[in-house]
Amino acid sequence: MQSLAELIDKAVAEIAAASDLSALDAVRVSYLGKKGSLTARMKELGQLPAEQRPAAGQEINRAKTVVSEQIENRRRELDEAALAARLAADAVDVTLPGRGLAIGGRHPVSRAMARIERIFCDAGFGVRSGPEIEDDFHNFTALNIPENHPARAMHDTFYFPGGMLLRTHTSPVQIRSMVQEGVPIRVIAPGRVYRCDSDQTHTPMFHQVEGLVVDRGISFANLKAVLHQFVESFFERDAELRFRPSYFPFTEPSAEVDVLWSEGKWLEILGCGMVHPNVLRNAGVDPDEFTGYAFGMGVERLAMLRYGVTDLRTFFENDLRFLRQFS
Amino acid sequence: MKFAESWLREWIDPPITTEELAHRLTMAGHEVDGVELEGRGLDGIVVAEVIEVRRHPDADRLSVCRVSPGNGDVLEVVCGAPNVHAGMKTPLAVPGITLPNGLKLRRSKIRGIVSNGMLCSAAELGLGDEADGIMELPEAATAGMPLTECLRLPDAVIDIDLTPNRGDCFSILGLARDVAAVTDRQLHGPAMAAIEPSIGDVQPVELIEPASCPRFAGRVVRGIDPAARSPVWMTERLRRSGIRSIHPVVDITNYVMLELGQPLHAYDLGKIRGAIRPRLARKGESVVLLDGRKVDLNDDTVVITDDSGPVGIAGMMGGLSTAVSDETTDVFFEAAWWPPAVMAGRARSYGMHTDASMRFERGVDPAGQARAVERATELLIAVSGGAAGPLDDQWHDDYMPERRSVTLTRRRLQKVLGTDIPATTVTAILAALGFEEEERSNDWSVIPPSYRFDIAMEDDLVEEVARIYGYERIPETTAIAQLPLTPISEKQVDLERVANALVTRDYQEVVTYSFVDAELDEAVTGARSEIVLANPISSEMAVMRGSLWTGMLAIAAANVARQQDRVRLFEIGKSYHGTLEEPIEIVRVAGVALGAALPEQWSLKSQIVDFFDVKADIQALVGMTGASAEFAYVAARNAALQPGQAAHILRDGELVGVIGKLHPGIAKRFDLKREVVVFELDAQKTFRARVPVAEPVSRFPSIRRDIAIVVDNEVSATDLVRAIESTAPDLIRKVTIFDVYRGPGIEAGRKSVALGLILQETSRTLTDDDADTATAAAVQKLHQEFAATLRD
Repeated sequence: MQSLAELIDKAVAEIAAASDLSALDAVRVSYLGKKGSLTARMKELGQLPAEQRPAAGQEINRAKTVVSEQIENRRRELDEAALAARLAADAVDVTLPGRGLAIGGRHPVSRAMARIERIFCDAGFGVRSGPEIEDDFHNFTALNIPENHPARAMHDTFYFPGGMLLRTHTSPVQIRSMVQEGVPIRVIAPGRVYRCDSDQTHTPMFHQVEGLVVDRGISFANLKAVLHQFVESFFERDAELRFRPSYFPFTEPSAEVDVLWSEGKWLEILGCGMVHPNVLRNAGVDPDEFTGYAFGMGVERLAMLRYGVTDLRTFFENDLRFLRQFS
Repeated sequence: MKFAESWLREWIDPPITTEELAHRLTMAGHEVDGVELEGRGLDGIVVAEVIEVRRHPDADRLSVCRVSPGNGDVLEVVCGAPNVHAGMKTPLAVPGITLPNGLKLRRSKIRGIVSNGMLCSAAELGLGDEADGIMELPEAATAGMPLTECLRLPDAVIDIDLTPNRGDCFSILGLARDVAAVTDRQLHGPAMAAIEPSIGDVQPVELIEPASCPRFAGRVVRGIDPAARSPVWMTERLRRSGIRSIHPVVDITNYVMLELGQPLHAYDLGKIRGAIRPRLARKGESVVLLDGRKVDLNDDTVVITDDSGPVGIAGMMGGLSTAVSDETTDVFFEAAWWPPAVMAGRARSYGMHTDASMRFERGVDPAGQARAVERATELLIAVSGGAAGPLDDQWHDDYMPERRSVTLTRRRLQKVLGTDIPATTVTAILAALGFEEEERSNDWSVIPPSYRFDIAMEDDLVEEVARIYGYERIPETTAIAQLPLTPISEKQVDLERVANALVTRDYQEVVTYSFVDAELDEAVTGARSEIVLANPISSEMAVMRGSLWTGMLAIAAANVARQQDRVRLFEIGKSYHGTLEEPIEIVRVAGVALGAALPEQWSLKSQIVDFFDVKADIQALVGMTGASAEFAYVAARNAALQPGQAAHILRDGELVGVIGKLHPGIAKRFDLKREVVVFELDAQKTFRARVPVAEPVSRFPSIRRDIAIVVDNEVSATDLVRAIESTAPDLIRKVTIFDVYRGPGIEAGRKSVALGLILQETSRTLTDDDADTATAAAVQKLHQEFAATLRD
C-alpha cells in the first residue's frame, strides 16, 4: 500500500495537471469523494489498533486538508485563467472613437458677449434689454441728440415709414432703465444694433454692450478704473489704455478708449463718458445730486481682438468651418 | 479735415516733431486719422519748362520733348504722358537721381531715341495718387528751381477726424488755437491788415430777414487781371487739403475758408442785378447751382437773391448765373453768418454736403466775417491786382448769438472728474482757450469766445478743462458702491443654459441678420411682414424677419454648398411681428437640422435626422422647465412644414412653438435638396420654469404590465397614454410606448401599439391582483374610447 505521503504527492501532481474545472473535480472525487482513496483510508482506520487510531486519523485528516487546499488553489487558478481568457476575448480597440453625438458650439460673438456679461455681473451690474425697433425719442432726442443734430448724420440710421427706426446703439436702454427703476443704477445692456452701412469693416447689424452707472459721487476717475479693469479681465493680461477726448452728445466729458496692441499700435475699442446732465434730466434724475458714467463697446471688435478674427464679415457668414473653432 | 503741417506751423510752431504734433492733436480731441509725409527724397528734381513736343517716330503713345531745366541747356526727353504740351512746367528728373519709389534713373534709349531724363507724375514723386499724366506745375513756377523749393517741401499732410461739436476747429486758425492751448504757446499767424479802399463802389445788400441772415460782410474789387494765376504756395496748400485749384478768385475763397473757417462766396459783380437780399425761399422757386444742377427750393431754405430771384443757396453753394469765370474782372465777396439752426439738416435735404454747409451747420464764428473779407481782398489784390471798395459789414445785434457767461465751480469739477485740479491750472487753461474771465472768485465765471458753440453749461467747461489738462492725468479710482443683493428668479430658465444644452446636443450656434428678403420670409411664415425698412441695404435685407428660419435656412444652404453634409444650427434672437404702429418683438430659440442624425461613426448605421430626433432635443430643452407635463405636441398645419410632419407645441393649451419637417417646396426655395427638420420656440413662454416641489419617493416596489393593442392609425399616442393614466391616476406612475407596428398581421388602417404600464402605490406593496385589475380597467377604457382590441 502506498504511503500517505506518496498518495499526497500523487494527488498534488494530478491537481496541477488538471487543466479545467471538470478534470479538477474528477481528481477531487478520486481522493475525497465517497469512494476516494483518502476517504477509503479513513474507513480503514478501524482496522488499526485503538491506540494508533488517533494519530493515524490526524495524519489522514492532514492529508485531506492538504489535498483540499491544493484543489481549492487550483480551482482559483483555473477560475482566474478562465476569467482572464474571457476578458481577453472582450478587449476593444480603445483608440476607436466614441459613439453618439459630438458637441456643437457657441457663436464667437455670443461667447464674447457672455464673457463680458460675466465680468460685469460679478461686479454687481444687472443686465437689461430694450426694443430693437425704437422710437426717435429714445434713440436720439432723450440722448441729447435733437433733430438736425450733426451727430444724427453719423449714425446711418435704418428707418421705417412713419418714423420708427432700428436702434443705432444700445444707449436707449440707458433712458429706459433709468426711467423704469430710477437711480442709483448699475447695469449693462447687451444687444443687437443696426447701422445702414456695409463694407469691409462695417456690417449693417452688430452687437454692443452698453454700461451705465449712476449714483452719488460717480466720477470720471471711476470710469477710467472700471474700463481698465474690464479690458485687463477680458483679455486676461495687463493692458495699457488711452482715454482720448472725443464727442458724444449723451456724455460729457466724452472719451474714446484705445488699447495698446502689438507693434505699439493703439486700437480703438470703445466709447464712454460721464452721462450728460441733459440725459439725466430727460430720465428724471437730478444731475446736481447724481452723476454717472456710461460706455458702449462693440462686441465684434472685442471678439476679433480676443480670438484673432481678421474679417468682421465672417461673423455673419456663419461658415461652420469657421464657427467650429469656437466650440 | 486734411491740411498741410507747414500751414499750421505758420500759425503755431511748437518745437515738437510731426509725430508728437499729431499725438497732441489726438489727445486734444482731434483724432488724427493719418499723417502722410510728402516730398521726401526729391533732391535734384527741378522744375523744367516744356519747349516743344513732337510725336515719337516709332511709337504712337510716346512724345519726344525738348525741355529747359532753367540753366540754359535744352534736353531731349521721351515722355509717355498724354497731357504733355509745350509751355507746361513739370518736374524733371535727370540720370543719376533716385526717385522716392526707388527707381534709379539712367540715360536710356527708348525706341531708338535717347532720353536724357524723365518728366514725372505726382504719384512717381510720392505727391498724391495722380498717375495718369505728368505733374502740371503752376505757370508761376520758375524753370530750374528745385521742386522742393517750388512746392515748399518736404511737408506732411495731417488728416483729422473732427467731432461735430467743434466747428470752430474746421480751419487752420481753429486747430492752431487748440494746439496753442495744449502746448502753452502764443498764436503767430500771418500779419493781416485792413485794406484801405481805393474806390468807392459798394454792392447794395439789404438784410430784410435778420433771423435768417443776421450778418453779412461784402466788398467789391474791380479791375482784376483775368489772366492771373494762383501762386504755387496757395495751390499746393489747397492740394494738400484735397482741394483742386480752379481760378484765383475761387482758390482764394477756398484758401480763406480753410485758413480762417469762414466760408466765402465770390460773385461776378457784373452779373448781379440790383441789391443782394438774403431771405427764405418761396414755394415754387428754383435756382441753378454752380455745378449746373437745378434745385427746386423748399421754403425752409435761405437763399441769396437779387432782382432776378435766387442766385445761390445760403451757406451751401452759389448759383451759376453770377459765377466768376475766366473773363471776370469785377468781383463781389460775400462772407455771411448763417445761424446753425437755420442751416441744420438743410444741405442733407438736398442731398448736398459741401465744405461750406458742414461749417455753417456746426457753427462759424459770428465775429469773423470782416476779417475773412479783408484776408480775401488782400490775397486777391496780391494775386490778380484790382482796386478794393470799402468793406460793407452789416449786422443786427438782436439776432446775433448772445454770449452768456458760464460758471464753473471747483466743487463740480472735482465731483465730475474725481480729482482735484489746482485752481491756477484751471484759470490758465480757460485763459488759453480764449474764455474771458468775468469775475474772479473761488469759482470761474467766464464768457466763451464767439467761435465756441458748444459751451452752454458748467459741464461743458468741465470737459474743456479735462481735455486740456489731459485725460491721462486723471487717476483711476475704483468706485465704492452699495451692493445690495438683487432677487434672482428661478421661474425662467436662463437662455445661457438653453444655449449650452443645445451645444451639448450637437447644435452649432449661428447669428443671422434680423432683416431678410420679404418674399422668402413670407414663404416661411405664411404672412407678409409689415415691418418693412424704408431704407434697406438691399432687397435681401428689406423686412424684419417673422421667423428665424428665413435666415437660418439660407445659412444652412450656404454650408451645404460648402460641402457640409451634416448641419445642425440654432439661433437665439428676436422675430418681429405686429404693425409699424405696434411692433412686437419676440425672443426665439430656433433650430435647423439636416443630414445624418449622428456624426458618421463606425459602430452605428447612419440615419438621416427625422422628426423624432429633433423632438427629443425639444423634449430635453423643455425638461429644464421642470414642467414637461404641461407641454403637448399637436399635429398642425404650417406654411413652412410638410403636412403630416408638423406639430404645434402647446403649453397648457397655448401655442409656444413649432416643430416639423421642412416642406420640400420651401426647401427648394433655399436650394436645399435634403430633408430638413426645424423648430422654433417662444423663449419666454417655453422656458417659464416650475420651481420644484419635492414629493416623497415610494419605498414599495413597482410592477410592470405590458399590453399590445390595435387601434386606428389616427389615434394619437398622447391620447392613448392620457386615457390609460386617467383610469388610475394614483396607481399608474408611467406609461411607456415601446413599439408601434403597421404591416402584415395588422389590418390596413390600423396599427399595433405596445405599452408598458408602471404601477406603484406609495403606502403599500402592490399585489399582482391589483396590477391585473388596473391593467384590465385600462384596456377596457381603451376599448371604449378608441375601439382598441388586444393584439393576440
